[in-house]
Amino acid sequence: MTMNNQGSPTATGAGQTREPATISGDRGMDHEERLIFELGRPGMSGVDIPRVEIAESRLAGQRRKGPIGLPGLSEPEVVRHYVRLSRMNYSIDAGLYPLGSCTMKHNPRLNEKLARLPGFGDLHPLAPLSAAQGALALIGELMRWLTALTGMPAVTMVPKAGAHGELCGMLTIRAAIAARGEQRPRVLVPESAHGTNPATATFAGFTVDEIKATPKGRVDVAALEAKLGPDVGAVMLTNPNTCGLFERDVLRIAQLVHKAGAYFYCDGANFNAIAGRVRPGDLGVDAMHINLHKTFSTPHGGGGPGAGPVVLSAALAPFAPLPLLVHDASGFRLIEDRDEVPAGARPFGRMCAFHGQMGMFVRALATMLSHGRDGIRQASEDAVLSANYILASLKDAMSAPFEGPCMHEALFDDEFLHDSGVTTLDFAKAMIDEGYHPMTVYFPLVVHGAMLIEPTESESKESLDRFIRVLGTMALEAKAGKRERFEGAPRLVPRRRLDETAASRKPVLRWKPKEMPKAAE
Amino acid sequence: MRYLPLTNDDRAAMLAKIGARDVDALFRDVPKSAVVPLSAFELPDGQGEIEVERALSRLAARNVAAGAGPFFCGAGAYKHHVPAAVDHLIQRSEFLTSYTPYQPEIAQGTLQYLFEFQTQVALLTGMEVANASLYDGSTATAEAVLMAQRLTKRPKAVLSGGLHPHYAETVETVAGLSGTVVRAPVRPGRAEDIAALIDEETSCVVVQSPDVFGLIRDLKPVAEAAHAKGALLVAVVTEIVSLGLIEPPGHQGADIVAAEGQSIGNGLSFGGPYVGLFATREKFIRQMPGRLSGETVDAEGRRGYVLTLSTREQHIRREKATSNICTNSGLCALAFTIHLSLLGEDGFTRLARANHAKAAALADRLAKLNGVSLMTPFFFNEFALRLPKPAAGVVEAMAAKGILAGVPASRLLPHEPAARDLLIVAATETNTEEDCAAFAKMLGDVLP
Amino acid sequence: MNETRFTDQHEWVRVDGGEGTVGITRYATEQLGDVVYVELPKIGRSLAKGAEAAVVESVKAASEIYAPVGGSVTAANEALNDDPAKVNADPEGEGWFFKLKLANAAELSALMTAGQYADYVKGL
Repeated sequence: MTMNNQGSPTATGAGQTREPATISGDRGMDHEERLIFELGRPGMSGVDIPRVEIAESRLAGQRRKGPIGLPGLSEPEVVRHYVRLSRMNYSIDAGLYPLGSCTMKHNPRLNEKLARLPGFGDLHPLAPLSAAQGALALIGELMRWLTALTGMPAVTMVPKAGAHGELCGMLTIRAAIAARGEQRPRVLVPESAHGTNPATATFAGFTVDEIKATPKGRVDVAALEAKLGPDVGAVMLTNPNTCGLFERDVLRIAQLVHKAGAYFYCDGANFNAIAGRVRPGDLGVDAMHINLHKTFSTPHGGGGPGAGPVVLSAALAPFAPLPLLVHDASGFRLIEDRDEVPAGARPFGRMCAFHGQMGMFVRALATMLSHGRDGIRQASEDAVLSANYILASLKDAMSAPFEGPCMHEALFDDEFLHDSGVTTLDFAKAMIDEGYHPMTVYFPLVVHGAMLIEPTESESKESLDRFIRVLGTMALEAKAGKRERFEGAPRLVPRRRLDETAASRKPVLRWKPKEMPKAAE
Repeated sequence: MRYLPLTNDDRAAMLAKIGARDVDALFRDVPKSAVVPLSAFELPDGQGEIEVERALSRLAARNVAAGAGPFFCGAGAYKHHVPAAVDHLIQRSEFLTSYTPYQPEIAQGTLQYLFEFQTQVALLTGMEVANASLYDGSTATAEAVLMAQRLTKRPKAVLSGGLHPHYAETVETVAGLSGTVVRAPVRPGRAEDIAALIDEETSCVVVQSPDVFGLIRDLKPVAEAAHAKGALLVAVVTEIVSLGLIEPPGHQGADIVAAEGQSIGNGLSFGGPYVGLFATREKFIRQMPGRLSGETVDAEGRRGYVLTLSTREQHIRREKATSNICTNSGLCALAFTIHLSLLGEDGFTRLARANHAKAAALADRLAKLNGVSLMTPFFFNEFALRLPKPAAGVVEAMAAKGILAGVPASRLLPHEPAARDLLIVAATETNTEEDCAAFAKMLGDVLP
Repeated sequence: MNETRFTDQHEWVRVDGGEGTVGITRYATEQLGDVVYVELPKIGRSLAKGAEAAVVESVKAASEIYAPVGGSVTAANEALNDDPAKVNADPEGEGWFFKLKLANAAELSALMTAGQYADYVKGL
């Protein structure tokens, strides 16, 4: 069997009941909240819509027969329910959120306001193009910023998230290889890569071959060179990489990849470390997706929506998917049909309906205009400075597997917890009781018990100093064998550790009424 | 810069602690030749809120918002009224600025609403289980086809001619990588004989109802024909409000339902972000893509929720994952959940009735115009009209006079001669009597 | 012959009258943690030595199980569908995965004995 023991352990730890119990079951401002299906009463609604009579004649005999099973609640009840749920969440607005490789930075509220302007938020995707010139101009302006910042000649705006952008990039590469009349089924991916990279390459029809890392946390160029050959279609590399380090040999890597006739895909998840300072186009990159929710601060929203435009080199640009945006004397136009594309363009297909995540485009452009090129460069520098400050301040109390300087995230391992009886998971969970969201743990996989800290540019020095003081003290206690605050942590939160094993063994994925109406087979 | 809290003194002190001379020293691993000066970027410097708001408001003002006048566009995206409470709640910091709920102890809010969302989607579609959302309806449809290919180990997908053309093209691009995709001919206003295209190689049949011309389809015979050959039925819904009035696909034999949830809680936003709904039968959950919130207990025995069955996902299975998807459409799913909770059983069914009544009255009115015929005999809130001249020109002429009359079918099917004169018209609860009257009058005026 | 043999991939196979029973070792279950799901091979499927035969999932990981020897599958332990915890509780007994009719009994000789496997695990 494959001995795949990556991922985080999930033991629930020892239970401990709080005393004294309250009569209500709530605890001060922490309210317990039932499921929406366990609230309300039939006949109630939070929206006033008159009941109108309808004829059956146009329903093709397909009129719904039974009730749906939705609960009925008034507006105040619904508002209270979701406000109470919201209070069980940690957020970047409420505290430092050092989740490495996820980039939890400040989300400006101006962006929210602008995305809701009726001209953007209430614009139909198939409105006549004459009625959408401002929206198309905005996309065009965002494309200009993205190509200028990356030094790449082209960009496709359609992908709906980072992973979707990766797929788009790899399908573009696949189409370019096919156009050359070649067979290049292999893709090389470093072992430290995000899980999406091998998943995407496989999805796009390639086979994946892993490249080892050097002891210094970077791609082993000799190993890469040995694996390159006429059957390799692309190399997927994250730079800065997932260990928070810049791939020093990137120019040499690009050269080798191109010499072998392959394409250089760069995972742009970490572009926020170098934006405004380094252009991926100057590094020999052929395709790179940009997570607008990371570098350009569109909100993460509890796991989406994102947006993942892909910048492309001249070699790949003709293969970008539909629709294409063009600008000519008559204004902006969307080309949605293969037969209408400009000479030389050979789009590989369509990734999704309509033309991309407009709501995210407005927010990202607002961020860009607010920062400007100088602010974008300063933000990258501050992100890198803050990460290095954490690395320098904690590398003695904790343990760092690689030498600095790092880029925008500082990587620690669990060497400092050796023999302490405290695991990386315990350490992370104890941070919750201290008022912090944990860092990313057990990723990247190449480091034992990894803890990846990304402070971003949004923290003041005072906030960083306090964070360093808390983590430093925690590390000292762990090393001294004081395990109390780690065992079974967190305690001071709406829920203690949850039983993930039980959740997986007998999955309960929805609420069910006592009497479940049987679905017709 | 207003978003950056560090002062120059802070930066100097931090560099001193690090032992770096300047910030350039931190970038020493970057090849010198690859570092460019600020002047290399032909872009402006930063601006204040006033300037940014002014610039983007100018662009917004050049668009015609759906609410600006009589509006009848649909074809996969619909204008509905979203209660004010929805937008207020989703903008709460704890929802807007949190990440994927990887630390369940401090993300119960997200996990519980996802669990509620999954339940709502299962109830609406009449299916047993649903995931925590995908990007949108089109990508959900492509994922459904891939899932059917995995389940049946068969390569071919058969797509109805009534499937939204953008969805069909997405399926062709994505599912065409690992199999073949066959599209049935387009027959506006009629159900095709899709059973004839199903063979022993067919993994699934994909049928949209109401279809892109608004036609309500009877899925039962399609399900029977598919199942008889060992294939699955993938049912697609682009107007989820229809399920307040018509039989859900789960009661008609669908094995997978892929739907667009934009109509509930989410604005038009020029095509995104939207929210993909994905539901299936319990026995297929191990092959279902996307995130799942599952019920469990915490160390004190209290009910709680966690992301579950994540071993199917890319961050663990890597090249063996069921899909490469990381994100769902969390905040859009939340908007959907809150709006549907506000509506409730009664509100949702009344909303559906209001839509159907509006559309039926409008269809009757327009079909009386000279040379106009109604192509869709059975519909929910959308129908196709055949006009006596190309629809694209009619739409442009009416847009110039402030009425967005619908979507010309030729925009979606440029090579389909039958589509040239077809106009796809949607009516919802937001259309007033005055809107409909203005539409009828203006259409009469621009037609010969 | 009724002897248990081991692979360096932590599968075990116990042969009795030309039929082998296959599972994963206690060491493997300790590395995986709580097993939550097992995907078993179809009866009648023919497996080459080293072919991917089953999948075992814990909360944190998914791993493939390879056929320690070639043969055709004669039985699958359906009890694991309802109670995958059996794999943790009794990996080399009730937690077996599948049985197969050996194609070539000589393949067994390349596998480790219990003693060799114990030494192998110590060295990991």
